[in-house]
Amino acid sequence: MSLDLATTRRIAKLARIGLNDQETEAVRAQLGGILGWIEILNEVDVEGIPPMIGTSMNTALAQRPDVVTDGNCQEKVLSNAPDRAGPFFTVPKVVE
Amino acid sequence: MSYTIEGSTGTWEIVVGLEVHAQVISHSKLFSGASTVFGAEPNTQVSLIDAGFPGMLPVINHECVAQAVRTGLGLKARINLESRFDRKNYFYADLPQGYQISQFAHPIVGEGSIGIELSDGSTRDIGITRLHLEQDAGKLIHDQDPKLSLVDLNRAGVSLMEIVSEPDIRTPEEAGAYLRKLRQILRYLGTCDGNMDEGSMRADVNVSVRHAGEPFRTRCEIKNVNSIRFVMQAIEIEAARQVEVWESGGTVDQETRLFDPARSETRSLRSKEDAHDYRYFPDPDLLPLVIGQNWVDQLKASLPELPDEKRARFQKDYGITAYDAGVLVAEQAIADFYESVAKGRDGKSAAAWMTGDFFAALNRTGKSIDESPVGADKLGAMLDLIADSTINGKIAKDVLETMFETGETPLEIVERKGLRQVTDTGAIEKAADDVIANNTDKLEQYRGGKDKLFGFFVGQVMKATQGKANPAMVNEILRRKIDG
Repeated sequence: MSLDLATTRRIAKLARIGLNDQETEAVRAQLGGILGWIEILNEVDVEGIPPMIGTSMNTALAQRPDVVTDGNCQEKVLSNAPDRAGPFFTVPKVVE
Repeated sequence: MSYTIEGSTGTWEIVVGLEVHAQVISHSKLFSGASTVFGAEPNTQVSLIDAGFPGMLPVINHECVAQAVRTGLGLKARINLESRFDRKNYFYADLPQGYQISQFAHPIVGEGSIGIELSDGSTRDIGITRLHLEQDAGKLIHDQDPKLSLVDLNRAGVSLMEIVSEPDIRTPEEAGAYLRKLRQILRYLGTCDGNMDEGSMRADVNVSVRHAGEPFRTRCEIKNVNSIRFVMQAIEIEAARQVEVWESGGTVDQETRLFDPARSETRSLRSKEDAHDYRYFPDPDLLPLVIGQNWVDQLKASLPELPDEKRARFQKDYGITAYDAGVLVAEQAIADFYESVAKGRDGKSAAAWMTGDFFAALNRTGKSIDESPVGADKLGAMLDLIADSTINGKIAKDVLETMFETGETPLEIVERKGLRQVTDTGAIEKAADDVIANNTDKLEQYRGGKDKLFGFFVGQVMKATQGKANPAMVNEILRRKIDG
């Protein structure tokens, strides 16, 4: 399946990735290739097989008890912040 | 009660559906072991999972699942034994992962309903579409810096239940009644504290308008309204706006709007260009959530008595009116208090005293039922003093008042102030004789046909006995003496 330029721009925008026209065309071609490859799966006959998500369907979802075991690591949490003010992350003002 | 808007092109009705975000009561978060306690130092109750660090894996909190099931059962809803988690993708500064883990196509709870009651006594069922579990976002603080927003992730990852109603609501009053009833059920179940001030319950309001009999028209969603009063106001204002748009030849765009109570208006929150495309897909970190019918049955068996059932039981067991029963089951603590007072006593009298003088005294002192200086035992003891004729109802009002001030037992007050009811026939007869002797003119008028003067004589005798005479005895003695 080939991807058109408008869809490529939309995907880039949703992913918050800025692309110039040349880059958009390059990404369009790359994504088109990936989609084409994934589409090989359409050749598999899945008649009568229920849809599955994930590959370890025989295992149950692990659950944990409701106990506080984590947190209290403010410095670690903030360690990658590009900018901070005291105990807070900061971002350019978000105005609604 | 119907609510319509008269426009130039005819009568419009409103169509409302509510999406309520209710914070689950749990110690730790939905997918991490960080604490959920409100008001902690910023970014201290955050794990590396909540902060969206790479490579961290979510593990679901069993209690949050149980709370969702309990709530579903309380809403008489279908429990889905298999449900799934999806990623809802969007970028915002309060969402470090870049997606919210939510349940899209396969929620844990399906269709249910809530019965609401309106001020005219009518009742309606409002359908519940679904309830699903999802993560809360962090908090943004905008007023600390002119150029920056501050981010506190303590709330990020806390478990929410999103409870979606059918578009069954037709009036602002119904929306208010729905929210109050939902909050009451959540509090009874202990699954959400329903505290709208602290944001643990918030509502998104979907509003559209139409002429009667038409299919639905385009709706707008008013986001994050944080009080019941504001929800009702927002519906009125948004419905009026939409009627104006349609009647002036325009079309209502499907969009997200913000309610501004200060300006009494709703305004567009996001331009259409940025319309959301959440690109939901199954979260590859989480397998389907499978629960057993046995476990659901166990949870069901352990549910507390809910408001509707409690109300019906109060009417039946204590012989009180539907209205009084409704007032007394409003909160679990009030209902428990009432039952302690009413148990082994006259339920009607207990209800009358609680909903009357007792609540009035609580209001006046600004105290909640849990802070009441007069406990159920003391109020009950006071009712006993009325029942065994130690005091009469009028004196009891003063005793209750004093109990609120001093915290003494009713008997202590009665003894200290000498308030025992006078049941001594001789004393009452003497008081009656004195009153009659001093009011011969009134006696003549009474005997001449002014029946209403009987009340005057009763009043005078009560006054002469400082209100302590047994009213029934006063009546009887006066009848004998002046009707003679």
